[in-house]
Amino acid sequence: MKMKTILMGAAASLAFGQMAQAEGHEGERGRDGQLGIIYWQAPSIMNAYLSGGTKDIEAASLVTEPLGRYDETGAPVPWLVDEIPTVENGGVADDLTSITWKLKEGLLWSDGTPLTSADVVFTADYCMNPEGGCAQLAKFEGVKSVEAVDDLTVKVTFNAPQPNPYGPFMGNQSPIIQAAQFADCTGAKAPECTDANFMPIGTGPFVVTDFRTNDVIQLEANPNYRDPMKPAFQTVTFKGGGDAEAAGRAVLQTGEFDYAWNLQLAPDVITAMAEGGVGTPISAFGTLVERIEMNLTDPSPDLPEGERSTAAHPHPFLSDEKVRRALSMAIDRDLLVEVGYGQAGRPTCNLVPAPAMYASDNTGCLTQDLEGAKALLEEAGWTDTDGDGVRDKDGVALNILYQTSTNAVRQDFQALIKDWWEQIGASVELRNIDGSVFFGGDPGSPDTFQKFYADVEMYANNFDGTDPQAYLAAYTCDKAPRPETGWQGENINRYCDPAYDALVAELGATADLDERGRIAKQLNDMVTKDSMTIVPLVDRGRVSAHANSLGGVKLNTWDSELWNVADWYRIKQ
Amino acid sequence: MLTYTFRRLLISIPTLLFIAFVIFMLLELAPGDPMAQMPLTIPPEVKEKMRLALGLGEPWWVRFPLWLKQFFIVEPQYWIDSAFGTNFADGAQRIISFQSRSPVFDTIAQRLPQTLWVVGMSYVVGVLIALPIGIISAYRQYSVFDQVGTFVSMIGFSVPPFFSGVLLIVIFSVSLGWLPSIYDTTHAVRDWDSFVFQLRQMVMPVMVLALQTTAQVSRYMRASMLDNLGQDYVRTARAKGMSESTVVMKHVLRNSMIPVITVIALGIPSIFGGAIITEQIFKVNGLGQLLIIALQGNDIPMVMTLTFLFAVLIVMFNLIADVLYGVFDPRIRYD
Repeated sequence: MKMKTILMGAAASLAFGQMAQAEGHEGERGRDGQLGIIYWQAPSIMNAYLSGGTKDIEAASLVTEPLGRYDETGAPVPWLVDEIPTVENGGVADDLTSITWKLKEGLLWSDGTPLTSADVVFTADYCMNPEGGCAQLAKFEGVKSVEAVDDLTVKVTFNAPQPNPYGPFMGNQSPIIQAAQFADCTGAKAPECTDANFMPIGTGPFVVTDFRTNDVIQLEANPNYRDPMKPAFQTVTFKGGGDAEAAGRAVLQTGEFDYAWNLQLAPDVITAMAEGGVGTPISAFGTLVERIEMNLTDPSPDLPEGERSTAAHPHPFLSDEKVRRALSMAIDRDLLVEVGYGQAGRPTCNLVPAPAMYASDNTGCLTQDLEGAKALLEEAGWTDTDGDGVRDKDGVALNILYQTSTNAVRQDFQALIKDWWEQIGASVELRNIDGSVFFGGDPGSPDTFQKFYADVEMYANNFDGTDPQAYLAAYTCDKAPRPETGWQGENINRYCDPAYDALVAELGATADLDERGRIAKQLNDMVTKDSMTIVPLVDRGRVSAHANSLGGVKLNTWDSELWNVADWYRIKQ
Repeated sequence: MLTYTFRRLLISIPTLLFIAFVIFMLLELAPGDPMAQMPLTIPPEVKEKMRLALGLGEPWWVRFPLWLKQFFIVEPQYWIDSAFGTNFADGAQRIISFQSRSPVFDTIAQRLPQTLWVVGMSYVVGVLIALPIGIISAYRQYSVFDQVGTFVSMIGFSVPPFFSGVLLIVIFSVSLGWLPSIYDTTHAVRDWDSFVFQLRQMVMPVMVLALQTTAQVSRYMRASMLDNLGQDYVRTARAKGMSESTVVMKHVLRNSMIPVITVIALGIPSIFGGAIITEQIFKVNGLGQLLIIALQGNDIPMVMTLTFLFAVLIVMFNLIADVLYGVFDPRIRYD
């Protein structure tokens, strides 16, 4: 309850902040002096193309900017262009095979040279270079060519119709870098350009003056920023390292910093810290869903290596849809939220929980029903025939191996869910694996989440931007991790339904937004409420915190949290 | 003595090469992946390309000699080049960190000052406090002072820095607001005020670390003094009518210092290793924090280079301690 009051206070102070801005928070650039930002994961590099890490991408977003980005509601906003190209305004070709971006006039890099379409073309070439190891290559998937039509116009052509042409140059993962600075840094040379990677020239509100990798970044206002009144802060200190608790303390209790990113802390810890009255926690929801994935193939260690957890052997009991449904019914999602996330989480039954246009109205799983789950198992023929307390059928007992990564909240969830599942007559063995191994994707390790040598596993995943197409397309038959793919692939459950594959193909060929929304919801329902292959648990929000004296913060989960740092200002007391 | 030192130096070369190989193979065989911290939204094919760009496509028998070459040939060439303006290196590939894509040694050079200031200072402070405590505790064995000293060392040994550090922060930063809880690594000492600020931000990490050093060294000092106080030569010195201060401070102390100096010398490499937990708590971001972040990110070149440097330091200070033994103890002769 306390947390709620605080968050409402935050909302109120934000609203007040904006009012105050209207009442005269304008002024010359650099008027508010110093801004302190703390990220408990320290940035290693300022080049979004060489690191997929959120910490690095968000630090880089202070300096380099994309052509367009998403605001706090997930709506696209033009950034370095005058308008977002659409089919209506002629920016996207009617056959969906190309998109044409027109840069704003008069934009300058921080070194005073003009931003031209050549820089945009260079950015695409830089990332698409086969030897560069670009982390954002997926953003450029399906791109046939990127060419400069004139100094301010760039045309991106796709191999096939692209209903969502906003991959390249949209959002914080795809910022524009300066051709002149990175000219000698392409391909295999990319990692050698330390100066360019640490101190990129950008169009953003700040310029790096000192970069210490994995430690601290010092920045100052960009003298050539497009709005002469912004940014309000002259200098920024961007400190990294430590842990979420220390970052929260520095903003909420001691006031040494103004903004702390992603406070993954127990709800009661944040509440206690916020009582300091120095800062305010803020939260927002994106698409991150903590879920249980059911293995549809047999992970039994008795099977030979190479056949274990592959489509060759269906799972002995999880291939029964009723068992999966009963397991989902036994879970009390409200309690999970209360224990693990507080206001930073809400129960969900959807794989795609947002944006509203794509979110199904699926709420059937929200009420726990232990009796119903037991009845369902009885009905499906799972009874305790040998009297050992575990249900079985045809000699197969419901012995579940439940794995996840090592993380305090996840282990709490494991314990709770184990208890519920045991109440309905399953036996559960728990296992947790260090995150660097679990998410590591090493095909030689038996413990990766892709290999899935367990019956069920739990983790969280989300999608970039606002379009779920690629995310939903991950559950097609051919994306299943298996020995032939080197155990890579995103279809962790080995879900395979030709109807689903066909619907994904249909989504890929549909441009009409309403129709896309309908298909996406149907796809979501097929893997969640219809088949219970994926059992969503919690829609996880983001909690960050800002000092009470910092105004203009709009927490954005669709883009960098620092997306509107140019508008931040100091509230005068 | 010189021949002995020279022989020991020669022996340490195969030792170090063996250590390098063991570290490399441990990292190679350990599970983990530099791409593990990347968000799941990056598709596996892209991750695979990134791995190849990091050079992970090569087998270990290519990568290990490459690292040796970079460490022992390319890096020294760059140092010579930057010192004398020559061009021996000729653009050869340096050891590059997976995480920051920057030369590993540049980062280490950047981190060294913080670590030397904070961890080194705590070592000096710790030793300076420990020596008198050890001497007095031994001379007045079982006195109140000795009991208090024992108690404090016990705390030093048993209370981990992740407890004492956070406790200090809660008291002095959160409740009293006297000291900063986050160390500013960019702070430069220019005048009196900035020096005072430097002192304020160093006080807590230095005290946390010094407590541990004090605990260790004072116990060694006390034990060594007790050994010597019972010796015949002490009785002889007293019988000759020497003053207590001469007996204790000249005869006993000098002899007792021999093992203690070895212990102090052997502890010096741990300064360079940084203090992983304490650095993390106070955000000192020195070498210890560098190592832990590199470990978490599976940044193999960084972990390999740092661990090997620690190994070099440990081997060297072992040698120095042995040589010091010969210098201080006339009974030990190496030739």
